[in-house]
Amino acid sequence: MLIAALIAAWWIAVIATRSVIFPTPLGVVTGTLELLKDGILWRHIGASLMRVGAGFGLAVCVAVPLGLWMGWVAGAYRALNPIFQILRPISPIAWIPIAILWFGVGDASPIYLIFISSVFPMVVQTTVGVHTIEKRYLRAAENFGVSRRTLFRQVVIPAVLPQIIVGMRIGLGVAWLVVVAAEMIALHSGLGYMIMDSRNAGNRYDLVIAGMIIIGLIGLSLDATMRVLEGTKWARWRYAH
Amino acid sequence: MPTKIEVRALKKSFTSDKGVLPVVEDVSLTVQDGEFVAIVGPSGCGKSTLMNMIAGFIQPDAGSVSIDGAARNRPDSRGILISQQGSVFPWLTVRENLMFGLNGHAIADKREIAEHYADIVGLKGFEDSYPHELSGGMLKRTELARALVVKPEILYMDEPFSALDALMSLRMRNELLRILAKERHTTLLITHDVEEAISLADRVVVLTPRPTRIQAIFEVPMPHPRRLVSPQAQELRLTILSELGLEREGL
Repeated sequence: MLIAALIAAWWIAVIATRSVIFPTPLGVVTGTLELLKDGILWRHIGASLMRVGAGFGLAVCVAVPLGLWMGWVAGAYRALNPIFQILRPISPIAWIPIAILWFGVGDASPIYLIFISSVFPMVVQTTVGVHTIEKRYLRAAENFGVSRRTLFRQVVIPAVLPQIIVGMRIGLGVAWLVVVAAEMIALHSGLGYMIMDSRNAGNRYDLVIAGMIIIGLIGLSLDATMRVLEGTKWARWRYAH
Repeated sequence: MPTKIEVRALKKSFTSDKGVLPVVEDVSLTVQDGEFVAIVGPSGCGKSTLMNMIAGFIQPDAGSVSIDGAARNRPDSRGILISQQGSVFPWLTVRENLMFGLNGHAIADKREIAEHYADIVGLKGFEDSYPHELSGGMLKRTELARALVVKPEILYMDEPFSALDALMSLRMRNELLRILAKERHTTLLITHDVEEAISLADRVVVLTPRPTRIQAIFEVPMPHPRRLVSPQAQELRLTILSELGLEREGL
């Protein structure tokens, strides 16, 4: 309902102001269809998702073991946590010059930016997860004298998993924000590029807005996917009380 | 009967910003093999600290604990602690919880042993449930079964049933007696419930307020099943309560 009202207000506003540049909703729809027809849209979506997949995947592979280690070994936490606390508030955008310097203007730069922006929240969440495991469970494991392997596989990792999933949800959200920004710089594919290109190549604001809406919808479905993960049996015990 | 647990002159104090707080002051106690000893004391007297030292989770400032004549410094699976809040892993099913402590068995054997103990404590049919799907009483049964699975020589029970409602607490008491009659573990029970102590234990140890020491020890020379309304049990109950500082006239 609200969405319909917003679209109507947008439509009326465009007509009322007689804007020649800002498109009507109908213009956006026809623009989107145009992009769909020649397959350009799918190519851009695919490029963006591929970069997010690579950068985020890499970040998960690094953040989870690192977070577990930092959570478990007090010395590792003391050594690494200050570094992370300094690096974490740096906007991914500020990394762009360095990314270009190190990785050039190919796919590696945005993947690096996605990695750097999503790895920190996941490390932090995982570490917090280890630190907040209730002592009584660790004591029980100690009491039964199980091997280190069993301790990690049956106690530490399942206990932290809900927190890891929360971290992944945050990380993926950030990754999706960053990919668009990264693609606006010196790239030739992806939704971010598509938006900049549509503006530069003749003020096609219908395509700019189409791109924005698509970004929003994909972001929403990525988040929904992570929420499905929160509902699986590995995480459900935490919310079942 | 040979001596199972030998506690010698245990002392423990905790240091905080408010200074040094002595909690356990010189406790010595001998527990025979297969004996059931209950420890009662006023709340906050250091019962749990004492139990944690005996079970090996906390190191004493002075004194020693030996099990079967050998010094004990750390917890192991020969003595399992069951505490008030419980520690059944919420992310594992009942079966997985029961199999948790079994090292070095084939997986089929583990399943069989787990099933056997699930049956003993009355959890048959709930092996694949998760703890959050169980009632408080069933959670306690799971905890008890998980301990029994590893065939511990000693059960350390720290107010195990006090989080349950009165009826379930009574029921678990009887279950525990039934199981102990079969498996005959040495058992140390901490409780604030004098009736519970009398109905279960061979001996009842009464502790003083903090810093705690042993005030008195009572034998409970009654065969099981015990009738708590018997004059002998009532007399013992009143004696223990008055040791705990309650006036006889007021009871």
